[in-house]
Amino acid sequence: MAVLVYTESWNGSFKKASFEAVSYAAQLANKIGTEAIALTIASSDDAAQLGNYGATKVLNITNESLATFNNQAYANAIVAAAEANGADTIIISNTNNGKAIAPIIAAKRNAGLITNAIELPSSTSPLTVKRKTFSSKAFTNYSSTAAQNVISITPNALGTIENGATAQIESFDYTATSSDNRLSSVSVDRASGKISLTEADFVVSAGRGLKGPENWGMVEELAGLLGAATACSKPVSDIGWRPHSEHVGQTGIAINPELYIAIGISGAIQHLAGVNASKNIVVINTDPEAPFFKAADYGIVGDAFDVVPKLIEALKIHKANN
Amino acid sequence: MKILVCISHVPDTTSKIKFTNNQTEFDSNGITFVINPYDEFGLTRAMKIKESTGATITVVNVGAASTEPTLRKALAIGADEAVRIDADPKDGSTVARLIADYAKEQNFDLIVTGRESIDYNGGIVPGMLATYLDIPFVNACIGFELEGTNAKAVREIDGGKETLEGTLPMLIAGQKGLVEEKELRIPAMRGIMMARKKPLSVIAAGDTRVSTTVVSFELPETKAACTMIDAGNVEQLVELLHTEAKVI
Ligand SMILES: Cc1cc2nc3c(=O)[nH]c(=O)nc-3n(C[C@H](O)[C@H](O)[C@H](O)COP(=O)(O)OP(=O)(O)OC[C@H]3O[C@@H](n4cnc5c(N)ncnc54)[C@H](O)[C@@H]3O)c2cc1C
Ligand SMILES: Nc1ncnc2c1ncn2[C@@H]1O[C@H](COP(=O)(O)O)[C@@H](O)[C@H]1O
Repeated sequence: MAVLVYTESWNGSFKKASFEAVSYAAQLANKIGTEAIALTIASSDDAAQLGNYGATKVLNITNESLATFNNQAYANAIVAAAEANGADTIIISNTNNGKAIAPIIAAKRNAGLITNAIELPSSTSPLTVKRKTFSSKAFTNYSSTAAQNVISITPNALGTIENGATAQIESFDYTATSSDNRLSSVSVDRASGKISLTEADFVVSAGRGLKGPENWGMVEELAGLLGAATACSKPVSDIGWRPHSEHVGQTGIAINPELYIAIGISGAIQHLAGVNASKNIVVINTDPEAPFFKAADYGIVGDAFDVVPKLIEALKIHKANN
Repeated sequence: MKILVCISHVPDTTSKIKFTNNQTEFDSNGITFVINPYDEFGLTRAMKIKESTGATITVVNVGAASTEPTLRKALAIGADEAVRIDADPKDGSTVARLIADYAKEQNFDLIVTGRESIDYNGGIVPGMLATYLDIPFVNACIGFELEGTNAKAVREIDGGKETLEGTLPMLIAGQKGLVEEKELRIPAMRGIMMARKKPLSVIAAGDTRVSTTVVSFELPETKAACTMIDAGNVEQLVELLHTEAKVI
């Protein structure tokens, strides 16, 4: 019956997406009339705080064999925890790690898998969930006829719900075997302090209109002021002005932040596909006919080299006064 | 060495998405179908391995006869043979099971897929297929090097990348980075001529039970008109973001 939710950590601390996943699991459990159990692996964060998001119990896995992420080992540990706790539904956040483990779990459990969910199930019998499809050009309602299910939820799409409670913590024992760990991690390369694009509340993005990589200083300054992640259009990463990891759109990263600021990006259909789920879109472009204005909430027709520095100044003043 | 590249047949990225039959069916009227862009990166990576090691490449699609032009295109790019598993690919787990049933008997050393299909964005087939075949799985693969049967794979993680090592067989789900955009191959006339003579076999599907089904589709709500702000008055934008959008 129970709903099990895997909470991912980075460098020992829970990711924001994990709190969203627990809130989702708790609301779903409430709908079914059962409890939400959270599972942590190799986390040193305060697990009791997951109660604040609705978990009644937290299972902690601290076994050394799971100290670093491995998709098969983590999937097997989650399956073992689900079985030991009679969980029929598993909730995972659709982060890069979540995307790697969800299908493994579903295959192991013969479960129905619904990825990219953006709403709570509209029905629990049969389980029916709305998800993003066609690179945010459409949504699809899926229903599952399987007895066991895995739902992975889009980060930033569903907020959190807090209730002030603390959860009871238990340890759960799972030791990965050598058949779990057939791939070994040789290095992890992650810019520290960098905000990950899928989880960012604010994203500042720029395109070919910026003319060259040397002009990204103002983009980074604006992003820094807002606490935003930086992104770019595909050609910008193809030419090598910016890293591939910043490429958003249909064939890049799909995002849905609170605020997306697009500077010198035309708004091609493939770009819009990955970003149009953003709650507020600001477009700065010299061309009043740029298609992006049709998808924007706020638009400025103007030269980025003039408008962006002014925007930075205006934001500084706003910050000083608020 | 034997490589299997899984090819998903999808609407091209410029497609306007529409639905029919009371929003329960995808409307393919006027849609051009292409090789899933992520699979193109994978196929090109496989071609490079073929060129350096003499590997053979099989491409597979689970789909109706209408997907054969997409498979022929993969043959024109350089795959050696194509297999179509004759079934309607309605559910990712069914597709994964059908490919697994076929692949089990073939002993592929490397299986290459895309990170996700750009239509349903499931990201389901690769991880399930690897699990059914009991081989290691690298998702969001942005780099892959082989030395004999030792592989080094780089995968995207949130805000960075991780390098992994392992031995074949394994499955990688690729995207840009596996090869660069400019390395993608466009079928040349010679390739297209040769593709006509390459084998494309159709095999009957076994178990086509599904666990999930589409109930209905929805299109996003159309946006209200954009509020235009004068370039000389960016303070107004800050004000609106504060008082109207309430994001700052
Ligand atoms: C299969 C496929 C997949 C694709 N996937 C993606 C994807 O995932 N993401 C993506 O982004 N693209 C994708 N594309 C590419 C897409 O079609 C566009 O080519 C691309 O988005 C254009 O990038 P851009 O807006 O930066 O450049 P451009 O189209 O060149 O636009 C530059 C814009 O900057 C404006 N400008 C110029 N100077 C200034 C200035 N000084 N100040 C302000 N504005 C200025 C111009 O008016 C113009 O609107 C894909 C294409 C294909 C074929
Ligand atoms: N019908 C299909 N036939 C062959 N391969 C597929 C099919 N559907 C998906 N795949 C492969 O699985 C990857 C991920 O697809 P999906 O799980 O549908 O998002 C694709 O990039 C393909 O490589």
